[in-house]
Amino acid sequence: MQELLNNYVAVLVGGIIAFFLVFSALIGNLILSPRQSTRPKGLAYECGMLPIGRNITQVHVRYYLFAILFLIFDVEAVFLFPWAVVFDDIGPVAFYEMMVFIVILGFGLLYAWKKGVLRWR
Amino acid sequence: MIADNPWLDALIRLLAAVALMTFSSLTLIYLERKFIGRIQMRLGPMRVGPYGTLQSIADAIKLVSKEDLRPHTADRWVFELAPYVVFIPSFLTFVSLPFTADWFVRNFELGLFYILAVSGVSVVGVVMAGWGSDNRYALLGGVRAAAQLISYEVPLILAMLGAVMIAESMDLIDIVNGQGRVPYIVWQPLGFLIFFIAALAELYRNPFDIPVAETEVVGGPFIEYSGIRWGMFFLAEYTTLLILSVLASLVFLGGWNWPLGNEAGIGLQLVWIVLKTSFMIMLFFWARATFPRLRIDQLMSFSWQVLLPLSFLQIVINGLVKVYNWPDIVLLLSSGGATALALYFIYASVQRMQEPYPQRFTTVMTRKEPVG
Repeated sequence: MQELLNNYVAVLVGGIIAFFLVFSALIGNLILSPRQSTRPKGLAYECGMLPIGRNITQVHVRYYLFAILFLIFDVEAVFLFPWAVVFDDIGPVAFYEMMVFIVILGFGLLYAWKKGVLRWR
Repeated sequence: MIADNPWLDALIRLLAAVALMTFSSLTLIYLERKFIGRIQMRLGPMRVGPYGTLQSIADAIKLVSKEDLRPHTADRWVFELAPYVVFIPSFLTFVSLPFTADWFVRNFELGLFYILAVSGVSVVGVVMAGWGSDNRYALLGGVRAAAQLISYEVPLILAMLGAVMIAESMDLIDIVNGQGRVPYIVWQPLGFLIFFIAALAELYRNPFDIPVAETEVVGGPFIEYSGIRWGMFFLAEYTTLLILSVLASLVFLGGWNWPLGNEAGIGLQLVWIVLKTSFMIMLFFWARATFPRLRIDQLMSFSWQVLLPLSFLQIVINGLVKVYNWPDIVLLLSSGGATALALYFIYASVQRMQEPYPQRFTTVMTRKEPVG
């Protein structure tokens, strides 16, 4: 338990150090850099042309489809990791159970493939 | 333990990691420019210092003293927090990364899992940078980066899973020691290939650099960032490059253990890990200098239709060999065969891509003939 706590103390300290690295760099920038704010500097950069209208564009829905697919397979990977460490001790049953799981998800992938989700049109 | 107090001990070790990170990023920026210059038959940076060695220090000074600009319409907090969200996770991966048998900050039992989990958070920062900038190109680059990074994260994780299955541990020191006299690249060539391709995509380097492509989205999510704020993204990118290379040399190339074994002193262990990491970094630079950029449809379908089924194939092969105690040579033959098949498939699809000119070019060409 103490060991575990020591490990995550390091994560906390690492987070604080990383925060202060970025923070100190920004403070250094604040001290060293010139500041002459003019209106054209605050415009969105579009290769020299003045931006027209609102700057937010619409994004295609297929990005969300990939996000959903990612979610499925990432959760699967989380399930696979503990299995990968111990499956040899449990024996063939554990292996085939996980194969069933993978095959079911594989059918999901095949379905998405067949439906044309994976094709970027 | 260097100090008795765990807080102080962690602080000292992490400050050493900070020094390593800063030094290696500055060196890598210089080396990359030299390396790519050499491949393109240029000299690379030559002006600042002998052979341009002080170039990246000059760049850093320039970045710190540049004006920090923010568009008036930008979402202030999202824009300003994005560098933190990108940089902090890539630095946190140092906490559980062993460099030699004795040199590490902390060695977690779930070290590999921790590294994969923490480094995945950077995606959020890239999307924040794209969204907060309030710029069309930045938003496009941000969503492209999100789609690409999450798609290639799955094969990356599954390739690592293959090595975990063979080692039966997620502790990186156990994985290195488990390789004994034969590194996992021999038993898992397919896993290594998938890891390498997916790591290229995770770093958004060529040929997977459409989220930040200058000619399409003018720098992508980082377009509105200037000065040291942009430099933080750059630093995070090189830190991730270093970490993925160290990870590849630990998991697939045998780390400090192969070929001299754990008994070799700390000096020789360091030499081996530095050599292997440099080799991996050189491969990343080489890929960047030689491959043309993929289109986004090719990129996404390559991840889901080629890399993902192949990484499942690697897992199934590993499982069968482990469960039925087949000799290791089966692993080598099947995985090697699958690697050859994958390489042939990539080669064939590249050949198929060489289509004739699109219609509009041919009409322009024929129009050159005089009409009468």
